[in-house]
Amino acid sequence: MILAQTTNALPDNTGYVAAAYLVFFALVLIYVVIMASKLARFERELTELNDLADERFGAGAPASRDPAPAPEEPARR
Amino acid sequence: MSARATEPASSESDEALPEPRYVPLRTAVRALLRKELALELRAPQAVPAMALFSVTTLVVFHFALQRGVVDGDLASGVLWVTLLFAAMLGISRLFVADHEEGGLDGFLLAPTDRTALLVAKAVGLFAFLVALEVVAVPAFALLLLGPSPSLAAYGQLAVLLVLADAGIALVGTLVGAIAVQTRTRDLIVPLMALPLLIPVVIAAARGTSPLVLQGGSQGLEVRWLFVLGLYDLVFGLLAYALFDFLIED
Amino acid sequence: MLYGTRLRALSIATLVTMTAALALAFFYAPMDADQGFMQKIFYIHVPMGIVALCGFVWGGINAIQHLRTRDPKYDLRSYVAIHLSLILGAGVLVTGSIWAKASWGHWWVWDEPTLVSFLIVFLLYATYQPMRFSIEDREKQARYASVFAVTAGAFVPLNFIAVRLAQAYTHPRVFATADGGLPAKMQLPFYLSFLGMTLLYITLWRYEMASKNTSAKLRSLRRKLAGDDAVAPAGRTAAPSLPTT
Repeated sequence: MILAQTTNALPDNTGYVAAAYLVFFALVLIYVVIMASKLARFERELTELNDLADERFGAGAPASRDPAPAPEEPARR
Repeated sequence: MSARATEPASSESDEALPEPRYVPLRTAVRALLRKELALELRAPQAVPAMALFSVTTLVVFHFALQRGVVDGDLASGVLWVTLLFAAMLGISRLFVADHEEGGLDGFLLAPTDRTALLVAKAVGLFAFLVALEVVAVPAFALLLLGPSPSLAAYGQLAVLLVLADAGIALVGTLVGAIAVQTRTRDLIVPLMALPLLIPVVIAAARGTSPLVLQGGSQGLEVRWLFVLGLYDLVFGLLAYALFDFLIED
Repeated sequence: MLYGTRLRALSIATLVTMTAALALAFFYAPMDADQGFMQKIFYIHVPMGIVALCGFVWGGINAIQHLRTRDPKYDLRSYVAIHLSLILGAGVLVTGSIWAKASWGHWWVWDEPTLVSFLIVFLLYATYQPMRFSIEDREKQARYASVFAVTAGAFVPLNFIAVRLAQAYTHPRVFATADGGLPAKMQLPFYLSFLGMTLLYITLWRYEMASKNTSAKLRSLRRKLAGDDAVAPAGRTAAPSLPTT
C-alpha cells in the first residue's frame, strides 16, 4: 500500500502517521480509563448509600419477594 | 466623593432622606485618577521599580546576547521584551493597595458607575507605562542601540508606544483585577497577561524594526498601527463589558 | 437537566462517523502530490484543531450565560468545555509537531501561523485551571473564571489574525493543490472526520457533565441519608460543582 516515494519526504513516513494517529487514540482511551475509575467510584458509593438506606428505612422486606418491586418514590423526572 | 449624600436623619421615616446624588462618570474618574497619581507621587513604588527593572534587564540582555550594540529586529525585540516584562511588575501591583486597604469596598459603596474604576486604573497604568518609557527608551538608546534613529523615527516610535501602552493598560487592568483575588497573584499575572499581549508584541516589534535599522530608519508600516488599534478597540470593549463582574461583593 | 440521556446514540454516531472517515482517508482519498503518505495526519490534526477552537469559544459562550444568569450550571458547562478543548489542544500540538518533523525535519517550526497561534491560545487556557484553583470562594471563582473564559474566547480570533499578519506564509498546502482547493476525493474524508471529531467532543462533554452531575447527586443523597457529618467537606478544588440541594 505504501507507494515508493520519490519526493523529498523522509524515508519512514508511515512511522510518523502511525504515531500521530496513536496520539489521538491514546487521548480517547485515556478518557475511557478516567471514566472507568469514576464509574467504579460511583458504584461503590451507591452501594454504600443503598446499604445506608436499608439500615434507615428497613430492609424493604415486604418488597423483597416481589419479582418486579414497585419504585418507592413517586415518579421522578 | 459621596460626602454630600449624608444628611442628618429627620424625625420622619427613611423616605425623607434624600437620594444620594449620582456622581457622574467624569467626576468619579477624575477623582479616582487623582488618587492613583497622588499615591504614586507621594510614595513612589511601581514606577521606580519598573524603570529600574527595565535598565537592569537591558544590562542582562547585553550579557545574555553577548553584544555591545543591537539593531534592526534584534533591537526591536530587546526593547519590547524589556518594556513588556517591566509592565508585568506594574500590573501585579495595580490593585493590591485597593484590595488590601479596603479601597475597593469603599468604592463599591459610592453611587457611581463601576466603569469609573476601570477607566481610572487603566489611565493610571497607562501613565505609569509612559513614565517607564521615558526612562527605558533613552536607556535603551544609550546602552544597546547601535544606530541613531532620526527624530521622525522617534516620533513614529512614540505613536507605536502610545497605542501599545493603551493595549497593555487595558489588558493589565483586566488581568490585575482578576489576579488580585487569587492567592498566587504574582504568578498568575505574567502567565495570563503575556499570551494575551502577544498580538501587541507582534505588531509593536514588527513596527519598530524598520525604525532602528543600521542603515538608517525606514518608515513605519501603517498596518501595525491598525492592528494595535483594532486590538485596543476589542479589549477596550471587552474590559468595559466584563469589568463590573470583577468588582462585585 | 440530565446529560447522559443521549450518550449511547451519540457514541455510536461518533464511532460510525470516525471509522468511516478514517477508512475513507486511508483507502479512498488519493495520495498528496507534495507530501505523500504523511499528509494523512492532516485528517485528524486539522479537525481536532478546529473542534478545539470551537470548544474554547463554546466555553466562552457558556461563560457569558453564566455571567448573565448566575446559574452555576453554566459555569460547569464552560469549565468542561474548556477542559476538553485543552486536552484536544494538547493533541493538536503533538500531532502538529509530528507532522512538522515529518514534513520539514524539525519537531517545531515557526512558519506555521496556525500552529503558532494555537500554541499561544493553549498557553493562555493553561492558566485557567491554576487560576480557578487559587481563588477559594466558590462563587467568586466561578465568576472570575467566566470573565476569563469570555476574554480568552474573544482573544482566539484576534490572535489568529495577528499571528497570520506576522508571517507572510499561509498554512501549508494542505488545502492547496495545483488548482488551489482541496480535491474532491479529499474533501469527503476531511469533512466526515470533522463531523466525527465534533461528535466525539460532544460525546465526551456529555460524559463529563453526566459524571459531575452524578457526583453532585450522590453527595446530596449521602447528605440526606446520613446527615451533614457523613459528607466530607468539599476541599479546595478548581472544578466547579453543582449546588447540592
